[in-house]
Amino acid sequence: MSTVLPGKQILAKHVNLKLGPGLLQSSSANATDSSIITTRTGVLIHSTNKSKWWVEGNSRRYVPAAQESVIGMVIQKLGEGFRVDIGAAHYASLDGLAFEGASKRNKPNLKVGCLVYARVSLAHKDMEPELECFEAQTRKSEGFGEVKGGFLVRCSLKMCRELLDPNHFLLPLLGGRFPLEVAVGMNGRVWVNAKEPKLVIVISRCIEAADPDGSGLNETGVKTLLGELDV
Amino acid sequence: MRPPSPSIPEKEFLFSSLKQSLRLDGRLPLEIRTPILTFGSELGWVECSLGKTRVMAQVDAKMVKPPPERPFEGLITIHSEISPMASSDYEPGRPSEEEVTITRMLDKVLRRSDAVDKESLCILAGQRVWHIRLTLHFLADSGNMLDCACLAGMVALKHFRRPDVEVIGDEVTVHLPSERAPVPLSIHHTPFCFTFAFFPDPDTTPVLDPTQLEQRLSAGLFSISLNAQRELCVVQKLGGVPLPVDEVLRIVNIAVQKAGELNSLVEARLREDWACRKVEVR
Repeated sequence: MSTVLPGKQILAKHVNLKLGPGLLQSSSANATDSSIITTRTGVLIHSTNKSKWWVEGNSRRYVPAAQESVIGMVIQKLGEGFRVDIGAAHYASLDGLAFEGASKRNKPNLKVGCLVYARVSLAHKDMEPELECFEAQTRKSEGFGEVKGGFLVRCSLKMCRELLDPNHFLLPLLGGRFPLEVAVGMNGRVWVNAKEPKLVIVISRCIEAADPDGSGLNETGVKTLLGELDV
Repeated sequence: MRPPSPSIPEKEFLFSSLKQSLRLDGRLPLEIRTPILTFGSELGWVECSLGKTRVMAQVDAKMVKPPPERPFEGLITIHSEISPMASSDYEPGRPSEEEVTITRMLDKVLRRSDAVDKESLCILAGQRVWHIRLTLHFLADSGNMLDCACLAGMVALKHFRRPDVEVIGDEVTVHLPSERAPVPLSIHHTPFCFTFAFFPDPDTTPVLDPTQLEQRLSAGLFSISLNAQRELCVVQKLGGVPLPVDEVLRIVNIAVQKAGELNSLVEARLREDWACRKVEVR
């Protein structure tokens, strides 16, 4: 494990090498000296057999990557689709047919300003990102689609990765106290819902308190906070 | 790219929770986030944070020739620019509507309210005056940057000390801080700014010190600047919400009380910082 800055050359060699987030293979004209460089700041991590490498760090600005689930807001209706803000440098496009059971006659009617939970289906550096609201194989919605009600919490990118980790304490801890609904996007947006506005505020404050970008409370810290909020 | 307005679920949730007098950060409707003031090693360097909103202020002074129409007065200029560092919603070069409002309010609150005695900045009439330059950097935007910037600017002016000068005949000698203790600016009064946000539904109570989401969804903002001596400096109302007279008076009374609290906090922090800076004189 070592801390890296963008642009550092990484000496990673393996027959079945897989590069994760934050690493880029730069291809040059003569194939012999194709090298791997880092594209973001963080800690360089590799799997035990050195076949998978990635950079883990924290940031607030989202860079789309294919197959990540994100929460976006519909900005504009286009002819056959929608323009969606996913917090990245560019708006993403969501096709009107990219929903479960959608056909030319039966398209979902999303209003401007509503939130969708979607999967990034295309993220190419020279193209606008594209979203889809179904699983690629089954073409079933699997939870994707418009999210109604609730509230949108914004957090750092590391926090939403941590929330997706089943071993992270926060969501089981909150779920043990009261029923809640959560949709975690990889773009630093977490949609939450609970029965009462008070509980939604509790979830939102706990996520903010546990965010490593802010106060970064641990489990005991969040428990004390919950005690103060008297839940 | 203009920042998109908040999404429908965010809007509906905020309005419904505000109706129950619940705010997202657990504050009461008329409670401000406690400002955290950090002083740098230099005099006149202050960073003020209200929750996640952060503004840095720095004061410096240099000697200039005064303009001929005001030979006895020093100059004060305020430089403020909201860069994309504060939030990706701001673009460099093109001032947004909010930036224009903040710049104009800062000018009214800090300069035109005569907080700093300009005549005391005169060194030699018509020849030499101090030019005080206040630079504000908006580091992070989490709502209510105006109040944060006013507070940072005012505290920086109070924290700053200029070099002592001696005038003998026509000759001006500037004493280094190591020779003579620098002198503070002569401050007439300390205006603070308070911003209230009003919502489209008239039954919703107004909130003090709005967060970014509250500010975006508000139908009107009411900024009031006053000092702890109950002297009103600036009143500004943005947006088209009609406000009855008694509501305005109620807000003024709340602001008066908050100004007193804020003033004691600022004075305490300045004293604390000054106590750490004592240099032994041999």
